[in-house]
Amino acid sequence: MDKIKITAPLSDDIILKLKTGDEVLISGTIYTARDQAHFRLVKLIEDNKPLPFNLQGQIIYYVGPTPEKPGEVIGSAGPTTSYRMDKYAPILIKNGLKGMIGKGKRSAEVKEAIKKYKAVYFGAIGGAGALISKAIKSSMVIAYDDLLSEAVRRLTVEDFPAIVVNDVYGGDLYEEGRQKYENKYNK
Amino acid sequence: MRVIASEEISNAVKNLIINSSVNLPEDTYKSLKQAFEKEISGSGKTVLSQILLNAEVAKTELKPLCQDTGLAVFFVEVGKDVAVGGKNLTDAINDGTRTGYAEGFLRKSTCDPLSRKNIGNNTPAIIHYEFTDGDKIKIMYAAKGGGSENMSRLKMMRPSDGKDGVIDFVVETMREAGPNPCPPNIVGVGIGGNFERSAIIAKKALFRKLGVKNGDPELAEMESIIFEKVNNIGTGPMGFGGICTVLGVHIIKEPCHIASFPVAVNIECHSHRHSEITI
Repeated sequence: MDKIKITAPLSDDIILKLKTGDEVLISGTIYTARDQAHFRLVKLIEDNKPLPFNLQGQIIYYVGPTPEKPGEVIGSAGPTTSYRMDKYAPILIKNGLKGMIGKGKRSAEVKEAIKKYKAVYFGAIGGAGALISKAIKSSMVIAYDDLLSEAVRRLTVEDFPAIVVNDVYGGDLYEEGRQKYENKYNK
Repeated sequence: MRVIASEEISNAVKNLIINSSVNLPEDTYKSLKQAFEKEISGSGKTVLSQILLNAEVAKTELKPLCQDTGLAVFFVEVGKDVAVGGKNLTDAINDGTRTGYAEGFLRKSTCDPLSRKNIGNNTPAIIHYEFTDGDKIKIMYAAKGGGSENMSRLKMMRPSDGKDGVIDFVVETMREAGPNPCPPNIVGVGIGGNFERSAIIAKKALFRKLGVKNGDPELAEMESIIFEKVNNIGTGPMGFGGICTVLGVHIIKEPCHIASFPVAVNIECHSHRHSEITI
């Protein structure tokens, strides 16, 4: 299957074209955030305070990279498990977030928000952090540097490989993929 | 009594940590390669090929295999005729952990459980000791990631649940875990002991090399039944669907209380980083 090239930030036109199982290559600007950064972002929204970056159309990548060595753009940078952000993701989606990159299952609330507000959840390959880091061309900490690896970074990516897990149409690759190969293992 | 300087131990620990972060052990690589050949799902095959490529990139560019460079877990066997000079053994191992994670540019992942504030140097290491004969110290290390650890389970089963109960519990744990622990996984199962001991032996079971058969025929048979059942769930590599969900199932059992039947399932991700040294 041909890979679909998309550019971040995302528009609704692109999102409506993406279907569960599509392999994509993402280029453009994306942001990183994981547990503690999500907690702080949502707190700012609740307090009606400005966020460290404009959420509209953005993709957040759930990652906490290893420290970069001198001369490196970024360290090893694969996805972390997404469900820990499930409590916060619907609030961010409601406020303009369009894409999330991570690994693992999402809650019913997140999947519902994806449908309702037109967003998309991409899966990346966990444990392939050395390889994935090659798609990251620049990295800058823009907020919460006290969180060390969990700080919010602005990344420029080029052909970042991912696969559509949850689309706007309610598709779920984890369910569909699993059902297709259930009882197919022969010793 | 043989005396080993604590600095020698710290240095050995540091090197184990740095080398493990970029070099996938041979048994893991071989097992992933076999999975790649066996996998029938297209996306599963793609994932496995990327994982194998990632191992090459990590080794040649000295870049960590995974950004989650783990909590540092050690199983240490201390001979009765050896002593540590200088610092005590726990401090020596923690010193090596601190310098290994710093000098290797590895992620520091220990934090206060309530405030969530990062400790900043990846200590304290998790250390399990055993005392043996001889005058050597054997240090086994694993970089244990959070994603797979989070999907692990412990259950105080009823003795009447029997072998089938254990098999069902492990399979259900893996079904529930689905894509989250970065499959294909290695499953460590601890049967018996007590509450905490079952978890420790489940962790220890992960250290057995992939492809090495369990010496106990009864446990070997249970491992093979669980292996087949879990690979029939359909989760596949990274959960995108497929027949390679586990690379191995490793069981250790120990005697338990007549009223108890503790079973722990410790899940390990495909980035199965383990190594050892005997000093």
